[in-house]
Amino acid sequence: MPRFLKEFFDRNGLGIGSLMLGLVLFWTIGLIILPQLSMLDFSFRPNLPPPEIGGPKDVYTMENYKYLVFGPEGGSQDYNAVDLKVFYRTLVAAIFVTIFNLILCYPIAYYLAQTKGNHIRIFALMLIIPYWINEILRAFALRIIFGETGVLNNLLVAAGIFDTPFDFVRNDIALYAGLGYAYILLMIFPIYNVIESLDRNQIEAARDMGASWPMIHRRVVIPYAKPGISSGCTMVFMLSAGALAAPQILGGPSSLWFTQLIYQQFNDNSDWPQGAAYAVVLLVTCILLVLALMRVFKVNMGDIGK
Amino acid sequence: MSAGVGVDLENLWIRFGDFVAVRDANVHIKGGDFFSFLGPSGCGKTTILRAVSGFLDPSEGQVLIGGNDMKGIGPNKRPTALIFQNLALFPLMKVWENITFSMEIKGASAKERRKRADELLDMIALPGQGDKLPSELSGGQRQRVAIARALCAEPDVLLLDEPLSALDLKLRQHMRTELREIQQRVGITFIYITHDQGEALTMSDNIAVMRAGVIDQIGDGKTIYNDPSTAFAASFVGENNVFRGTVKQVQGDKALIATNRSGDLLARISTANQGKMKAGDDAMMFIRPEAFALAPAGTQGDHFVTATVTNEEFEGNSFNIFMEGEGGKEMKVSLPNLGQSFDSHKGQPMTLQYDVQNAVALPAGDLATE
Ligand SMILES: Nc1ncnc2c1ncn2[C@@H]1O[C@H](COP(=O)(O)OP(=O)(O)O)[C@@H](O)[C@H]1O
Ligand SMILES: [Mg+2]
Repeated sequence: MPRFLKEFFDRNGLGIGSLMLGLVLFWTIGLIILPQLSMLDFSFRPNLPPPEIGGPKDVYTMENYKYLVFGPEGGSQDYNAVDLKVFYRTLVAAIFVTIFNLILCYPIAYYLAQTKGNHIRIFALMLIIPYWINEILRAFALRIIFGETGVLNNLLVAAGIFDTPFDFVRNDIALYAGLGYAYILLMIFPIYNVIESLDRNQIEAARDMGASWPMIHRRVVIPYAKPGISSGCTMVFMLSAGALAAPQILGGPSSLWFTQLIYQQFNDNSDWPQGAAYAVVLLVTCILLVLALMRVFKVNMGDIGK
Repeated sequence: MSAGVGVDLENLWIRFGDFVAVRDANVHIKGGDFFSFLGPSGCGKTTILRAVSGFLDPSEGQVLIGGNDMKGIGPNKRPTALIFQNLALFPLMKVWENITFSMEIKGASAKERRKRADELLDMIALPGQGDKLPSELSGGQRQRVAIARALCAEPDVLLLDEPLSALDLKLRQHMRTELREIQQRVGITFIYITHDQGEALTMSDNIAVMRAGVIDQIGDGKTIYNDPSTAFAASFVGENNVFRGTVKQVQGDKALIATNRSGDLLARISTANQGKMKAGDDAMMFIRPEAFALAPAGTQGDHFVTATVTNEEFEGNSFNIFMEGEGGKEMKVSLPNLGQSFDSHKGQPMTLQYDVQNAVALPAGDLATE
């Protein structure tokens, strides 16, 4: 038995220890790994009617993956331009949302972490309470705000800033706002957590030596907050790229999110293998992208958990 | 010869809401001085230092550095460098980057900075340690890095907030000498904060004794020790024996005090209180342990004290004799070791004498609580 397991059982006793271990294993293996493996398996199989499953035609194939790149066999185009473009745009937009979120949340997190007093609790509560409302309602609320006859347009037109209402939905502004808003807390809290443990004297020391505020952030606060920033960015990026409700409700009519394509394959086309292949591609690409960026910014895996 | 940049506090008040942290401080620190603020924890020392460095605006009054009013000038624009109580080194920067951070701010090249860091590392006796992280150094080494980092900014005034409090006793005593040497070498003004009177006495040119936001006395170490101007200063700085009573008669610069338990004793009125004490006033009289000498048993007079010996300690070069004192507190007497023995005195009365010049009469006041 490895040492950490032995220690675990020594500490918790055999009964409780086995129960806890069993639950954790059931959670990771039963509820996460196995279903994902079956999705992976799906993605390499043809879409067959139920009687033919397990029959001679049920063989492993790259067909579903080829479809994403090249489109239907004998199709008019060399590449599946539509789906690839959606895929690419989803990733770029998710990165954009992540950056936007970081720029928005870093100052908030810094302020929350470095200010003392009761009003900070109220501020934090005001950030949390909107999340009691479910995602769909929040998305529709944003529609009310950003719609052509929405609150924002009424205000802007009344104030004379715009002559005619601006279509925030068609221009994807509503979508980005919705996605940004949806994961604000996931960005704020990891950063807040790290900055809160930063000794205020370090900031004052830098200031005392003549550093400007941008310099203090660049050399003292941000390097210190890096683990929090990376874990926040990772979560926001993964969840934005995988979001469904916000794009569905707030996306313009012509802009599809890649998750919507996956959803269509599963639901509208009843093509589970095709949907699974798309989902696998999205997942793997996101993970690779995150790992690559972690390497660029010299972040360790262990830091993400902070 | 101009000896550096002086600092003046003029009628300085600092309030936090209703709480007065500093009350009407007037301090004039000469350029090139090693000046200490000495007082118990919570008396407002850090608050004063923060007002000098610019992190805190005075509620009233002025801070002048080199004669210039610092009102509205931020900490990053003042010619001061502050060494924090917890040092506040940057944990993710290497030692050399820490030391030269002030140059990095001004845009100095890495090569220049490296060179300056090596010079400063030599000065603080840590040559070749520039590439370590602060966490890889010992407490005393980190302390020195903090000093080098502050000096690298070439401040006119270095502010030190109890910088030795985290070190063990041995190191603390060693660092006292070292700090004093550094100050004399660089020749700039040091403002040093401490609650440790030993530190203040050994290092400082001048000391301000603080009590609960008020500055009780300013003077050099000898003056503060020999000629305290308040009961608090007398009891806070060094060991002292207190005798309470009332003034019976003022005789020139001396006062005869009717003490509560040792009869009438004569003492010199402290310089600051000359002409201010009169018969009938509540008074306190202080005599240091080392100011006593043995007297023939039973001698009486206005500079003789007789009390019962409760305990004795042998310290090698001296004996500490503890005698029944006032209010449940023991009186301490230090007698040099001249080959005599006091073994037989325990439980017996002992008569001591003192030179009236070494006894200080002061108006009654709060004593320092240890
Ligand atoms: N920012 C603040 N707000 C309220 N009270 C403070 C603040 N800073 C210090 N004080 C109070 O002022 C007094 C002096 O504090 P300080 O200057 O830190 O004392 P010390 O002599 O130990 O350095 C203390 O009673 C402290 O509680
Ligand atoms: Mg302090």
